[in-house]
Amino acid sequence: MSTNASEGRAAVRDRAAESPWSLLRRWEAILLVFLGIVFVINSNATPYFLNIYNLADSTFNFSEKAIIALPMALVIIARDIDISVASIIALSSMLMGLAAEAGLGVPGLVVVGLATGATAGAFNGFLIAGLGLPAIVVTIGTFTLFRGIAFVALGDGAVTQYPAGLAYFGQGYIGGLIPFEFVLFLVLAVIFGVVLHMTVIGRRIYAIGNNPVAARFTGIRVDRYRFVLFCLTGLMSGLAAVLLTSRIGSTRPNIALGWELEIITMVVLGGVSILGGIGTILGVVIAVLLVGMVTFGFGLLNVPGIIMTVFIGSLLIVTISIPVVIQAVRVRAAARASSRR
Amino acid sequence: MKRFVATAVAAASLLAFGMSSAFAQDTVRIAMLVKNLGNGFFDSAFDGGQEAAAELGNIELIFTAPTAPTAEGQIEIISNLIAQGVDAIIISANDPTALIPVTKRAMARGIKVLSFDSGIAKEGRLMHLNPSNNELIGFKQIVMASDAAGGAGKIAILSATAQATNQNIWIEEMRKELAKPERASLDLVDVVYGDDQSDKSYQEALGLLARFPDLKVIIAPTTVGIAAAAQAVRDKGLVGKVFVTGLGLPSEMKGHVESGAVLSFAIWNPIDLGYTATYLAYQFVKGGATGAPGEKIKVGRMGVMTIDENGEAAMAEPFTFDASNVAKFAEIF
Repeated sequence: MSTNASEGRAAVRDRAAESPWSLLRRWEAILLVFLGIVFVINSNATPYFLNIYNLADSTFNFSEKAIIALPMALVIIARDIDISVASIIALSSMLMGLAAEAGLGVPGLVVVGLATGATAGAFNGFLIAGLGLPAIVVTIGTFTLFRGIAFVALGDGAVTQYPAGLAYFGQGYIGGLIPFEFVLFLVLAVIFGVVLHMTVIGRRIYAIGNNPVAARFTGIRVDRYRFVLFCLTGLMSGLAAVLLTSRIGSTRPNIALGWELEIITMVVLGGVSILGGIGTILGVVIAVLLVGMVTFGFGLLNVPGIIMTVFIGSLLIVTISIPVVIQAVRVRAAARASSRR
Repeated sequence: MKRFVATAVAAASLLAFGMSSAFAQDTVRIAMLVKNLGNGFFDSAFDGGQEAAAELGNIELIFTAPTAPTAEGQIEIISNLIAQGVDAIIISANDPTALIPVTKRAMARGIKVLSFDSGIAKEGRLMHLNPSNNELIGFKQIVMASDAAGGAGKIAILSATAQATNQNIWIEEMRKELAKPERASLDLVDVVYGDDQSDKSYQEALGLLARFPDLKVIIAPTTVGIAAAAQAVRDKGLVGKVFVTGLGLPSEMKGHVESGAVLSFAIWNPIDLGYTATYLAYQFVKGGATGAPGEKIKVGRMGVMTIDENGEAAMAEPFTFDASNVAKFAEIF
């Protein structure tokens, strides 16, 4: 009986530990330590890692995914998920390709990419928030649907004729060193961070994720928020499509295949609870850098991609379990201490 | 003073240059970047590459591939290889055009970029090594299919990804051969894509068997597809009714030939292909090869490769395997 009571008291302590500050102390700190370790290991393992040009160029490999990870974090904090993001990239890129073949200029192509993404996101949002269908089911459906459309339109063909001006978005540098894509990601990360952590909108997103029903009763238009979040994810996927299409100058229906899992991994690794209500943009940004630097370091050591996948998966499990394990140890220690008393 | 600084800078840069080239002389670093891992064909190509490396000495051969057979995955690896400053990259490309910006960047940094097996478009590489003559590969597969079908009936193709450069060229050549009047009784009913993954290829093969009950032959111009299709035919108990042919590895196909699901299949020797590609890369780094049309490049035991007007060279003719010789070659590759 006494153990029950003390567990109950410990559970209260548990709840208090979930304040934003302790989260920063825990999760982001753990990630930063990991990031530091990765830097030290990589610098010692290969002479090519600590080179400012190489490091700057390595951001090309994850910036597009990172840009989608930002709205994905909001969606997951609001207790939803979007599996269709990579398929939205395929759809947007395909329509950009058709528009380029029709002779549209660079601004027009960017608009097509963004508009397609936003529309695809709105379609998801309508089915989920409007008709009340589960997000995972809807986006698994559109995951197949959007890429399917791209496959029907392009088949085994490809669009490779893009105007030269489009190349800047995905291949250009700011100040001759830092890729434009990465700068864009950092700017967006600040905007997303401010909105999520410093505005009413952000607090409402947390409220929805913690308890959608209670949020509804406090007067938050939950479905409108969810709809907008899916539109936003679509829009950012459209943006990623513009960047990726610009970077590789070619559209095929298998473009960005498998990215959704990498993006969700970055978000969850960043400390966003898959159950909703918990997570920070800072955590996601550090996780993006962590995954990026691990992948880059492994790449420099010519470690096969499949082993990288295994490593990222293990990293995800370790990072998620560390706070849980610490918590469990503390609870047990507290329980022992109080039962002795 | 100014002059002194200028001299010092010049001396320092000379020193740095001298050191870096001295470092480069130690070993020639060649990377072999293939479509994806877990593909027996490329594993054998790597064996051949190692043979060339051992023969030439002083070569560090890196073998790498993305997790999924996509262009983005290969682009990421190429930029990592550029960061490492390798001397040459030999690529079997997942996309003939998407790799161009990054391979151009590699070539601008002095890295010799060659493609083999599945090519990169002309401006993105110094030369491309075809395993064989594309026309001959297409022709040979139709001949084998026609023999298996008894000259008439429905045939279908199970390919790799819909984007694979080489498979698409061979399918095009097969269509040309099928368009000839003497092939009129062979009816190509569908082309499906197994993405060079065993499970997907198997499912696509089952789909073909279900949709076309009177199918005579499945042609799979890929080593993953042909093994999966043969397995599907065996599992469905259709041995003797549906035959599988195409391009396969003897070691993987031995059981299928013995079961009767496969009468004959063809392939060029992937060990030779990896050997030739690696040898060529070395000749570009050390032997002064440039890839100019008409150039003749010596490649050890494989003789001499001649570059054609498209910057391509063909290695050898495809070789046919059947019950009489598969067991012998199964021990080799």
